[in-house]
Amino acid sequence: MTPDALRTALAGRTTEEGERWLDAACTAVAADPAAVRALFPAAGRRCGRGPLHLAEPYGWTVDDAVRALLLAALPLTGTALHTELTELYRTGDAAERRAVLRALPLLPVGDDALPLVHDALRTNDTRLVAAALGDYATHHLDAAAYRQGVLKCVFTGIPLAALPGLPDRADAELARMMSAFAAERTAAGRPVPADIQPVLARFPEIPVPTATARREA
Amino acid sequence: MRIFDPHIHMTSRTTDDYEAMHAAGVRALVEPAFWLGQPRTSAASFLDYFDALIGWEPFRAAQFGIRHHCTIALNPKEANDPRCTEVLRHLPRYLAKDGVVAVGEIGYDSMTPAEDHAFAAQLQLAVVHELPALVHSPHRDKAAGVDRTLAVVRESGIAPERVVVDHLNEVTVKQVADSGCWMGFSIYPDTKMDEHRMVAVLREYGTERILVNSAADWGRSDPLKTRRTADAMLAAGFSADDVDQVLWRNPVAFYGQSGRLELDDVEAPGTGATFEGNSVLRGARAEV
Ligand SMILES: [Zn+2]
Repeated sequence: MTPDALRTALAGRTTEEGERWLDAACTAVAADPAAVRALFPAAGRRCGRGPLHLAEPYGWTVDDAVRALLLAALPLTGTALHTELTELYRTGDAAERRAVLRALPLLPVGDDALPLVHDALRTNDTRLVAAALGDYATHHLDAAAYRQGVLKCVFTGIPLAALPGLPDRADAELARMMSAFAAERTAAGRPVPADIQPVLARFPEIPVPTATARREA
Repeated sequence: MRIFDPHIHMTSRTTDDYEAMHAAGVRALVEPAFWLGQPRTSAASFLDYFDALIGWEPFRAAQFGIRHHCTIALNPKEANDPRCTEVLRHLPRYLAKDGVVAVGEIGYDSMTPAEDHAFAAQLQLAVVHELPALVHSPHRDKAAGVDRTLAVVRESGIAPERVVVDHLNEVTVKQVADSGCWMGFSIYPDTKMDEHRMVAVLREYGTERILVNSAADWGRSDPLKTRRTADAMLAAGFSADDVDQVLWRNPVAFYGQSGRLELDDVEAPGTGATFEGNSVLRGARAEV
């Protein structure tokens, strides 16, 4: 995702009034970064909250895109950017926190925003967990935390197709964990989600319980 | 039957309650910020609680098909603890959030000077943030407390139709009816107010400007009292439309004054991919 791609996707998904509000808000933020604090919580009310792409229920929402563009408009770098971002996340409601997580790959923050990703992965809110495992986590999150995050998705019913890092970031250890998960589910007589298959398929040497491919109709 | 519980503390309730409420017809609710039973000792403790009211609890409610909104305030009981009053400084940023539809619960507990200050200051916050106010009436010395409450409301300049005075009974309803404020009634399993006495109040005062809630919390209380009241109304000869007014349209009208009530998917369920997509975004469990 780039700011231009977000702009394009927003056309038609928000109202004309919403677009005008966003333009004015970006101008205000570029002139005075502190203005973002009042504008950030209002984005959903002003521009809408529906999915940005109708087919992706765990993907970006309209308010995510609007908030990400506000953050991209911040004339801040380094510590100043990190401080503002952390404060917006800490004082945000669930939708604002989700937007900060989604916007991370658009911002020059390096590894500094990882504490926010870790915070979101500690929650049990599937919207936050899914957003935390976006492109930023794919490129910055360490292997152990990434694996635990993926496993949390499997346990909480977040479709693995929502994670851009899979199957490329899957390693043998993740495949072993998936296989063990499948064995537990099979032993309990419960269905094993089919979307762990692409991860297992990468590591044919990892033994897979026979019932893994079974899927509830 | 669709039910909106305008005052219930879900933080203290279980998922069984959410399931039973949905089965009884509850599709939306407002959770006011209040006391947790165990006194808080710092402002930080409030902030974690408020964060849950705009974060985790709406997510939990959505998993059971119920829309969750909240009200935010320093409650009157803890307004008396100087370690807690610092939280007043933090309220403005919460009052800017989407899910926050009123300032509350504010009002009196023991009618102290500290409560006077917190009550008046938070009514001003309601005016500034263009939000309605949910006012708790004291359980002890209620009639005098309601008089004093209404005087403070008048003095604040907030429009009476943007205020609900809650936990009323047969003795205190008239004062509030005459003030132009909304009348709130909490229906409990014992004491205070029950559904049959509520029906008698509705017969005398009509169905306008009245909110009926369960006020269920960590004490002995029943999250289905809204439904029991609806059933008692029908049994007493009120029409289904009367029930819909008291238990759905009235709370929608009162909290709708915030401009932040979001009921699209509960009012028009199953109308296509957008609504389903939205419900997933709000936390409804996806099929695995
Ligand atoms: Zn209460």
